[in-house]
Amino acid sequence: MADPALVTVQPDGTILVRSGKVELGQGILTALAQIVADELGVDLDRIRMLPARTDLSPNEGYTAGSMSVQQSGAALREACARLRVAASAEHVAVVGRSVPRIDLPGKVYGTRRYLHDLRFPGQLFGRVLRPPSRGAHLTDLDEAPVRDVAGVVAVVHSGDVVGVMADREDAAGRALAVLEKVTTWTTSPTLPDEHHLADYLTSAPADDHVLHNSGDPPTATTLLARFSRGYLAHASIAPSCAIAQWDNGTLTVWSHTQGVYPLRAELARWFGLALADVRVEHVEGAGCYGHNAADDVAGDAALLARAVPGRPVQVVWSRQDELGWAPFGPAMVTDVAVELHAEGMIRHWRQEIWSNGHSGRPSSPANPPLLAALHEGRPAVASTDPPVQVGGGSARNAVPGYDLPGLTVVSHVLREMPLRTSALRSLGAHLNVYAIESIMDELAERAAVDPIEYRLRLLADPRARAVLERVASASGWDTTPGRGVGYARYKNTGAYCAVVAEVEAVTTVRVTRLTIAVDVGQVVNPDGVRNQIEGGALQSVSWTTKEQVRFDRHDVTSRTWTDYPILTFSEAPPVQVELIDRPECPSSGAGEAAGGPTAAAIGNAVRAALGVSVRALPLTPSNIIAAMP
Amino acid sequence: MRITVNGAEHALDCQPDTPLLSVLRNDLGLTAAKFGCGLGLCGACTVLVDGEPIHACDTPLWSVEGRRIVTLEGLGDPAHPHPLQTAFIAEQAMQCGYCVAGIIVTAAALLDREPDLDDAKVRAALDGNLCRCGAHNRIVRAILSCHG
Repeated sequence: MADPALVTVQPDGTILVRSGKVELGQGILTALAQIVADELGVDLDRIRMLPARTDLSPNEGYTAGSMSVQQSGAALREACARLRVAASAEHVAVVGRSVPRIDLPGKVYGTRRYLHDLRFPGQLFGRVLRPPSRGAHLTDLDEAPVRDVAGVVAVVHSGDVVGVMADREDAAGRALAVLEKVTTWTTSPTLPDEHHLADYLTSAPADDHVLHNSGDPPTATTLLARFSRGYLAHASIAPSCAIAQWDNGTLTVWSHTQGVYPLRAELARWFGLALADVRVEHVEGAGCYGHNAADDVAGDAALLARAVPGRPVQVVWSRQDELGWAPFGPAMVTDVAVELHAEGMIRHWRQEIWSNGHSGRPSSPANPPLLAALHEGRPAVASTDPPVQVGGGSARNAVPGYDLPGLTVVSHVLREMPLRTSALRSLGAHLNVYAIESIMDELAERAAVDPIEYRLRLLADPRARAVLERVASASGWDTTPGRGVGYARYKNTGAYCAVVAEVEAVTTVRVTRLTIAVDVGQVVNPDGVRNQIEGGALQSVSWTTKEQVRFDRHDVTSRTWTDYPILTFSEAPPVQVELIDRPECPSSGAGEAAGGPTAAAIGNAVRAALGVSVRALPLTPSNIIAAMP
Repeated sequence: MRITVNGAEHALDCQPDTPLLSVLRNDLGLTAAKFGCGLGLCGACTVLVDGEPIHACDTPLWSVEGRRIVTLEGLGDPAHPHPLQTAFIAEQAMQCGYCVAGIIVTAAALLDREPDLDDAKVRAALDGNLCRCGAHNRIVRAILSCHG
């Protein structure tokens, strides 16, 4: 797998590193630079991390699933082992130290260029007008008034895709406003009733998968509970952006995609090009939490730029399109049915999940179209789930991490897809861990055992026990009303994470403190891990207490920050992170570990405060009131 | 039209309704202030006009003619950093950093006008600035470290 060109030494001693992984704001390039510095025994400032690009970098697939330190770190270690480099005489190891992020100075001085900031010579600014609803089709377009807007260079029309390019960004904005007025569309309702979303999910046509079946089959159901969440938006602070340029039948795309190679393959397929005639280069965008619209906007830019060969075209989505048209984290339903022995011990656990697939990534097996290709007329393809071997999708973390005598896990992955769905940080683990941990608290209460003690009785794994014991001591755990705990090992194979949440809850929920213990194996950069855990936890506070994509029968209606509010500074609770470093264990990713356990801890804290289990997320006043007896 | 940005006066040949953010980023090459929502709801585009934070995305150029504009680039540079810039590095107070230009500019105005800052006041002052990566607490720590 390792490619010698991964790491090269320049005549001046600079070490150039080409990882196939990309910076998403998570600090991965700093962590990988630390690994290279130690492998070669050189100072960190001699290392330059180069952006991933399809003509020069190794194909490391997607930067996703909290796998980068394992995958790219291992490849880089192997590449370094084959290099002869004059090591520094007094090299001090940097793996395990909180070295500052290499990309931060440029960000605080405003000198580091994000993709949105690039301006190439001759660059045009492109905008695409999205249909006015999910089921809309273009029936009429009068291009003349758009061409009359000062600065407009070209109008593109293909199927239901209409776009415009101008020589100035403000002109492109004016042209888009005119374009909206000169298009006529038919429309029809295509979306389910958002007020009965769980009913829709559990009755829509689906592919059924039995993912786990062990122990004796159940003979009765002692406890049955249904959990649900709505669709979640990525809600990155930047709308998605790309630049594309065509030259003599070849295509170059600059993108903040998670996977330069899969995007290249999809663009080549769409435009009928040889792979060698498409080059995709990564340039950093804003924070990326999964499969957002980065790939879609790359398709937009490529489609528009084809009309103006030789000129780079930058497309930036509007906030309204970002919140309305980017793929969503799927809405989900998770049922848990538990059978207890007469003595109160768990005999059988059944977890059953209904969801759209959690991957609609380019070049995934079903070849889902990019948004503009879909609107050109390519048939829609329902998203699918990543294989169980890499953590699954709908059923991610559906297997409880506890020692259970009997277990059944079934998923129902919808065959139709009213709203496009794909991977959002932690995938199904957000709701599955919420459900499992909620039931664990109910079982602990039935058994009249402290919730942490109850979990410890069902956990033999010493690393699992250690995070729970640490979070108990660090939080000063007791069963004061308004405190709750959540635990999971991410993907059942990754980082161990336990969270204690404290909340104030009446009809609204306010999270007042989070204490988190985490074991990611060997820690490469302690502050980097803390930053990822804090960030993942606060994002989960936002999902769990506030977020839900809103829609009517025609379209998504939550298109601005007013309609899709996310966590504010005043709402963000303090977060204390306890790291359990295990230099003897391989590193696991930290980015997604906290999402599920944080949600679960909040739900259990609400239950401890109010005495009701709120099983429909988010924990809004209406969902809390609906849960009250 | 003439505007003064980071101490330098610029003559611009733009339509008067052009958003200030577009002028800064496209005509003056000052790309620290970011486009986030276009509606003044996320704070990524925040700059100072006569010392007050405003949203450059929905501020037309005509409304700031002759006024004194300061962007993140004008607060400091590596040779002469603003204390907030130093503090944000010291606290590693971001992940992606896309929201940070608007936050540092907002915080600079806060430090200038508010002699008596605490955690709650900093958070309240930043409620118009959204951060999706969850760096909120680091950012608040960095700002408080510059106070007094």
